[in-house]
Amino acid sequence: MNFVPNTKKEREEMMDFLGISSITELFEDVDAGIRNKDDLKLPEPMSEIEIIDYLGELSSSNHNMQDFACFLGAGAYYHFIPSVVDHLLLRGEFYTSYTPYQAEMSQGMLQSIFEFQSMICELTGMDAANASMYDGASALSEAAILAAKYTEKKSIMISKAVHPEYRHVLKTYANAFGLKILETEMENGLSDIKDIKTKLNDSCACVIVQFPNFFGNIEELKEIGDLAHKNDSIFVTNVVEPISLGLLKPPGAFGADVVVGEAQALGNPLNYGGPHLGFMATKEEFLKKIPGRISGLTLDTSGERGFILTLQTREQHIRRERATSNICTNQALNALAATIYLAVMGKHGLKEAAEICYQRAHYASKKISDVKGFEMRFSVPFFNEFLIECPKSPKEINRTLLSKNILGGFEVGKYYEEMENCMLLCVTEMNTKSQIDELVNAIAEGLP
Amino acid sequence: MNPKDCKYTKEHEWIKVEGSVATIGITNFAQEQLGDIVSVEFPKVGKEFSIGESLALIDSMKTTSDVYAPISGEILEINSELESRPELLNEDPYGEGWILKLNIKNPNELEDLMNAEEYEAHVEKEAEGA
Amino acid sequence: MKLIFEKSVSGRMGVTLPKPGVPKSDLNIPEEYLREDLNLPELSEIDVVRHYTSLSLKNFGVDSGFYPLGSCTMKYNPKINESIASFPGFRNSHPYQPEGGSQGALQLMYKLSNYLCEITGMDAFTLQPAAGAHGELTGLMMAKAYLKKKGEERKNILIPDSAHGTNPASSVGCGFDTIKIETNRKGTVDLEALAAAADENTAVLMITNPNTLGIFEKDIVNISKIVHSHGGLVYLDGANMNAMLGIVKPRDMGVDMMHLNLHKTFSTPHGGGGPGGGPVGVREFLKDFLPAPIIEKKKDKYILNYDVTNSIGRVKPFYGNFGVMVKAFTYIRMLGSQGLKDVAENAVLNANYLMRKLKEDYLLPYDVVCKHEFVISGENQKKDGVSTMDIAKRLLDYGFHPPTIYFPLIVKEAMMIEPTETESKQTLDEFADAMHKIAEEAKTNPDIVKSAPHITPTRRLDGVLAARKPIVKYKPSDSDV
Repeated sequence: MNFVPNTKKEREEMMDFLGISSITELFEDVDAGIRNKDDLKLPEPMSEIEIIDYLGELSSSNHNMQDFACFLGAGAYYHFIPSVVDHLLLRGEFYTSYTPYQAEMSQGMLQSIFEFQSMICELTGMDAANASMYDGASALSEAAILAAKYTEKKSIMISKAVHPEYRHVLKTYANAFGLKILETEMENGLSDIKDIKTKLNDSCACVIVQFPNFFGNIEELKEIGDLAHKNDSIFVTNVVEPISLGLLKPPGAFGADVVVGEAQALGNPLNYGGPHLGFMATKEEFLKKIPGRISGLTLDTSGERGFILTLQTREQHIRRERATSNICTNQALNALAATIYLAVMGKHGLKEAAEICYQRAHYASKKISDVKGFEMRFSVPFFNEFLIECPKSPKEINRTLLSKNILGGFEVGKYYEEMENCMLLCVTEMNTKSQIDELVNAIAEGLP
Repeated sequence: MNPKDCKYTKEHEWIKVEGSVATIGITNFAQEQLGDIVSVEFPKVGKEFSIGESLALIDSMKTTSDVYAPISGEILEINSELESRPELLNEDPYGEGWILKLNIKNPNELEDLMNAEEYEAHVEKEAEGA
Repeated sequence: MKLIFEKSVSGRMGVTLPKPGVPKSDLNIPEEYLREDLNLPELSEIDVVRHYTSLSLKNFGVDSGFYPLGSCTMKYNPKINESIASFPGFRNSHPYQPEGGSQGALQLMYKLSNYLCEITGMDAFTLQPAAGAHGELTGLMMAKAYLKKKGEERKNILIPDSAHGTNPASSVGCGFDTIKIETNRKGTVDLEALAAAADENTAVLMITNPNTLGIFEKDIVNISKIVHSHGGLVYLDGANMNAMLGIVKPRDMGVDMMHLNLHKTFSTPHGGGGPGGGPVGVREFLKDFLPAPIIEKKKDKYILNYDVTNSIGRVKPFYGNFGVMVKAFTYIRMLGSQGLKDVAENAVLNANYLMRKLKEDYLLPYDVVCKHEFVISGENQKKDGVSTMDIAKRLLDYGFHPPTIYFPLIVKEAMMIEPTETESKQTLDEFADAMHKIAEEAKTNPDIVKSAPHITPTRRLDGVLAARKPIVKYKPSDSDV
């Protein structure tokens, strides 16, 4: 199979037109010395029937959250995705199109991007948003770069309560872009405001915290934002579990200048970690500094409303060396999924989903804390993730849980040495009460 | 066409001197070449520039181009009206479309700039070359 | 058409969710942290379905018709790719689930890296980068780390003037300076200009081959030699790999590092702008700089190795756009060696056929055998007052997606056309006919071209207005702009 429609006869007609007798003649400019002499060493081609069998088997050797009670989150969330999302996404006019350069033929994508931007602004309390970023971590890194360029300062202050892998990505970017990272400590599961105060200095381009933070806790955004602004630093808030914004006030209400994050939770499957959906939203002031595509409203020659990619002079294809970022391809289809998700969930659905997450997570945390030896590590407000201190190794507990088809929490010791005996549990609207009860029983059972 | 009371650069900036202050903009020829101008990126007021450094960036629909400092100096004022009405650069390049004001550091530098007549000859030559 | 917000009817619901079903906890979130209002639309399911179905009908994809967007390889996206990517074990697997329960995913990634190595001749690949430009950034970060390790302070990246805009943008991002290398009259890198620019300050040459004019850099071996002789690295922007599959391996051209675009060459859909995949391949001596984790095979088990000596660190959380990798994997396994070579050959045949047909009406600035794409110019038509933009807009009326226009920058009134191998002769003929008609119209009735498009859902849109007075989100009062 090669998905080439032309028959041998058609190819011969084309070659006749070109006056050649073999396709090889079209490759004479490739020096014979470097042309492949042998066939590529790849497995024999498969038919559609065979590939379905083969990859079906590979797929079933993977855990599939449908078969488990999943209490694993930590930046990737197993949420409900209404059926309409996938049905609409698979319309070929959407998923086989590319960046909508030709606006008149791409109104579908352009309008839905505009709707996405509007919804992200509504959730975050910002004035402008872009069409999407690769993922939450690259969005966060781009926010740091934006802040550094805007303030002409070189240090990026970031709380240790921000997702560790996001901080790793930021570090990679910072090395390349010549930025300095200043990490701040935690106190009882929240960013330590005293430490932020102590460490803030003239070189700080921005202060970055996560809301809710990596441990599910609700940061004191107002106080942190005020400190950042007093220091003439940009206040960046990172949101990784945006369902929380159905319940929580938008970061914009606490003075955030830039809100970035990961919107996988909005209508996108886990996909073993990607593709997910980064976003960036800002106050008006930074509109022309935002990286990536932006859809804007305009008029056509007959005065009708339409949409078009706008502020393109920020971008690499025009500004080249001086672009705000090198980003070109983004996560448009994932953004469309989020848009459809938010449209169908709507004003009430998102709030309801957030409340279910909250209620079930708090039920779970109480029940687990009732089990002897298990304790909540922190005593601060949280949304739907919480850190539990265990009487034995979380790895061992997870092994027991797995044998009962329960996927336990994230073993945070991987990234926080001092929390080696802790497990980060996540509860969503997909976890029923009976799943939670089973989790609690399984944990209790495993004890001596 | 090009005001007689201005001096000009080869890069198509104009400069008008009043006492120790120089107002800077781009010429009519420059705005025609750029086409529809959509935004200007300004430097911060108070920042110092040497002759020839890029003072500001002008974005048109098709390209981004620098505004080079015709002389050295410190930024005194920017035309913030251009932020909401960048079209003034196309519509009135020598008037409402001025870009920024510099305080003149070294008046000698003014001597190397062209007058209107010389500039027009320069534009003509450039047009022929292209 | 109305925005989704403008269709909202107070009280409508699109989903039914279960009751929390647990004893109610009091909200212990401080009052001032609770949201007061959330202005998302209120709609029923059918409202949402109709809205996005109508929007889809105002959009154009490869499934709708010919989409010869140069440099983007808009080939057909086999439906089987989508079916397989949505297998529950791929779609619903959590990135932090235990390695033991991720063997299918890890095996797929491990094998995909090996296939990409075989196709390109590179020694190792990272699958983390999310897109081509992300791959470029990753590659340059590795180059920077490698040079630093060697104690060399090289600042310059050499970039041909025909390069994608992402190349200079990525370079500057990494703190390098760029030096532009001119294209000669044959449409390839000017060797003398390169030799003059390359020196002990050269960090990397970023080259696209075939280049963005669709021409194979036949001096590529010498080009690489020149760069290597000064101790620089050669980076290949693999955006145009479709022309080279099974024909030549970048390694044999002297390439040290490169990215591939899974969404171009390996048929994963472009999704209206993404998601993509931009794996980066390197030669052995750069392997230690790859982003961690890398996937390894130990006995019969596939594992994630986080211990990479000189790793630049992560460029992405988790492991990359796995869903995209599944599609590329499916494609490679269905085509095999011969199938991939067929792709390159047919892509090149299609491009040359179409180029020759269009040459009758349009200026062909570089009249040589092309590879997967070619660039024509609208300069002949410009004389009648019809610009390349006008021609592009007129093509919409004929039901075709226009080519990439005004790129590469070195050709005036450029139209960059990439037909891909998945188009039939019949489609190419129809497109050529439309282009011929437009060329005729430019002479006889230029106004109809200049005022195009006429039959699209909207007439020509005002980009200047959108840029000067940006409105980028819905505000109730804007609805009647």
